[in-house]
This record gives sequence, structure tokens and C-alpha cells, in this order.
Amino acid sequence: MIASLSARHSWFEATARARLAGLLDPGSFAEILPPVASQPSPHLARLDLPGAFDDGVVVCHGELEKMPIFAIAQEGQFMGGAVGEIHGAKIVGMLRRAAQEKPAAVLFLIDSGGVRLHEANAGLIAISEIMRAVLDTRAAGVPVIALVGGSCGAFGGMGIVAKLCSAIIISEEGRLALSGPEVIETVAGVEEFDSKDRALVWRVTGGKHRYLMGDCAQLVDDDIAAFRAGAADFLAGWQEPAPTPALLRTAQQSLENRLAAYGEMRDGLEVWAALGIADPSAVPLLDRDELVSLKEGLPT
Amino acid sequence: METLEFRFDSKPASHAADPALCGVVGSGNLEILVKPGIEPGACAICIKTSARGFGETWQAVLGSFAASHAAGGTLIAINDMGATPAVVTLRLAQALAEYQGGAQ
Repeated sequence: MIASLSARHSWFEATARARLAGLLDPGSFAEILPPVASQPSPHLARLDLPGAFDDGVVVCHGELEKMPIFAIAQEGQFMGGAVGEIHGAKIVGMLRRAAQEKPAAVLFLIDSGGVRLHEANAGLIAISEIMRAVLDTRAAGVPVIALVGGSCGAFGGMGIVAKLCSAIIISEEGRLALSGPEVIETVAGVEEFDSKDRALVWRVTGGKHRYLMGDCAQLVDDDIAAFRAGAADFLAGWQEPAPTPALLRTAQQSLENRLAAYGEMRDGLEVWAALGIADPSAVPLLDRDELVSLKEGLPT
Repeated sequence: METLEFRFDSKPASHAADPALCGVVGSGNLEILVKPGIEPGACAICIKTSARGFGETWQAVLGSFAASHAAGGTLIAINDMGATPAVVTLRLAQALAEYQGGAQ
């Protein structure tokens, strides 16, 4: 076995609890509402489906490089990390507490397809409350960092939540978008988007594409230690800016420019060529370090 | 969904740490929560499973676990999404080991 590979602990394959165990300083994990105290979703029980004791999300406080932090970790293996009523309430409670207690940061380990459709309106309301809570927490000066590298990515309402965070740290395996590939295919047809074409899905929503587009602050390897180092590194150089209309206008303008420049394109390959990458077809095979240096060499 | 409840005689478990949770409610998987029970010489198990009609299989797998492990004095709650007997046995052993503070 290759030593460098065996020493790696894949973020993609780990459970939410294993991710937290490797992300936080050893021994600092302190769960709020642990499985014994939490309760499974009553909505799922009514639909005759087994729930999970923690309703698919772990909330805790702990330390990252000795800094006090709060963390929220969604479990993608349970109902696709989807947000139900209790799941959402745990996230919102943690964010609101962060706005009051002001830890150094909230680390939000997103692994979710969005709203839990079984819980319908309760899930939708939960998502909107999470959005508001993320913005309130940031307005209180506490950065909220999204870490995206799980099998469910960050889609639907959770895709929006990810973009409301101070920054996103993503791996190549991570995905970020609004409507998921299957949803687009169902609504608009296979000619519009072929969700079975996994390479296309990653060229359009995957971590490398998101990083090249500037949607994510960092691209890291699929390794729990790499996410930990990335988060610590980002926080060391970050001061949460006060929200201002000027910042919003700048962001709005850059989105409009982006739509005008790339709105008609159908594939990441075309977008990468337009970004000035000489050989777009080579991008999917580049490793993390090669891709980061490629991006750093691009015209701005 | 089917809810099953069992009680098996079992040798008393050694000193317990905190309640322990193992596994995830994902396809072909299950989560097991082990916490202190009332009877030192018995293990009480409550299962919520998505797969109906496997009560006898559960009884056999859990009975063999309770006979071969010292699991007395515990209350075990299980949320199952179609785990196979082999996975159930492995997870039970893992959860009990963590409960007794012997987590890997």
C-alpha cells in the first residue's frame, strides 16, 4: 500500500461524526443535544420511516488550533443529509448561540441535497431560518465557514446556505449548485442536462469548477486533515467584514458580469477555455496542487 | 416500519462509560445506541426497522449476541435501514466496545 494514501482519511467516505473527530483538536469535541437527549423526527415516524436519534446532524462546540469554535455537521448517509424540522432547529439554535457567544468561527460541514421533502413546509421553513441565522451570525462578526466534500454535496436550499457563508472550502469530490442534476433532467429533459453523465456533473458542479470560478476560497484534498488545515489557515487571515450595501452591489455586479460572460455555455470545458486555460480537457485529471497553481496563473 | 422489542439474559457488562452511538441510518446500515438499563443480568433491545417481517431473524441474531457477549445491564436502541445480519452483529460488538470505553 502507498504510505501517503494509507495515512489519508477520506472526508468523502467518513461519517459526520468521524469528520468532526478529525477536524477538531483531539478531546475538544463537546456535543450539544447528543443522541440520547435528541429525538428522531416525528414526521418520518408518521410516514412509517425509521428516523435517526440525532435527526442527521451533529452540533457541538470544540477547538480548532486552540481557538474556540462551534461546528455543525450534516450526515449525508441519512436521507441524503436533507433538512427536516428538528435537523434545521438544531442548526439554527447553534448559529443563534454563536451570534451571542461569539466563538472564533462556526464550521458548517454541509453534506445535503436540501429540504427533506417528507417534512414539506417544516423543512422549507427550517432552510429559510438557517439562511437568516447564517447572515445574523456573520453580522455579529462571527465567520461561518462551509466545508463541502461529502457524497451529497451542497444542493437545493443548502446550496444557497453555502453561498451565504463567509467562505467555502471544497474538495474535488465536493459539489455545489442549486438544482441537483436529477432535478434538472426531470424538469428540462435529458437534452438539457444528462444526470447520468457523471463527468459532466462534476465539470459543472464539482469542486474544481467551483474553485476555478472563484466560488470557493480554497480547494483541498479529500482528506480530513486537509480540511482542518484549510479551515485553520483561512481563519488566521480572515476578518469578518461588516455587511454594507456597497459590498452587496459589488457582488451583484460580479454576478451580472459572470452571467453575461458564461451564461450561454453548456459545459465546464467551455467555461475553462473562456477563463484562459490553454488545455481545458486536462483539468479533470490535474491533482489539487496542479489545479491551484493553474488558477493562480490565470489572467484576472 | 416495524417496531420490535426483545429482552435477553446476558452476563453483566463491565463498567460503562457514556452512552455510545455506532453507525448511521443509511441504506443497508443501522445505528445502535447503547445506554444503561435497569436489570444487571439482562439486555433490553428496541428496534425500529424499515424492513418488515424479519422478527425471527432479529431474535436469532440478537440472542446469539447476548449469549456470546457480556451485555447485561444495557438498554439498546436500534434504528435500522435494512442492515444484513452480519452488519448487525459487527455493529453490536462495536457499539458495546465503545460503551465500555474500549473504542478504537
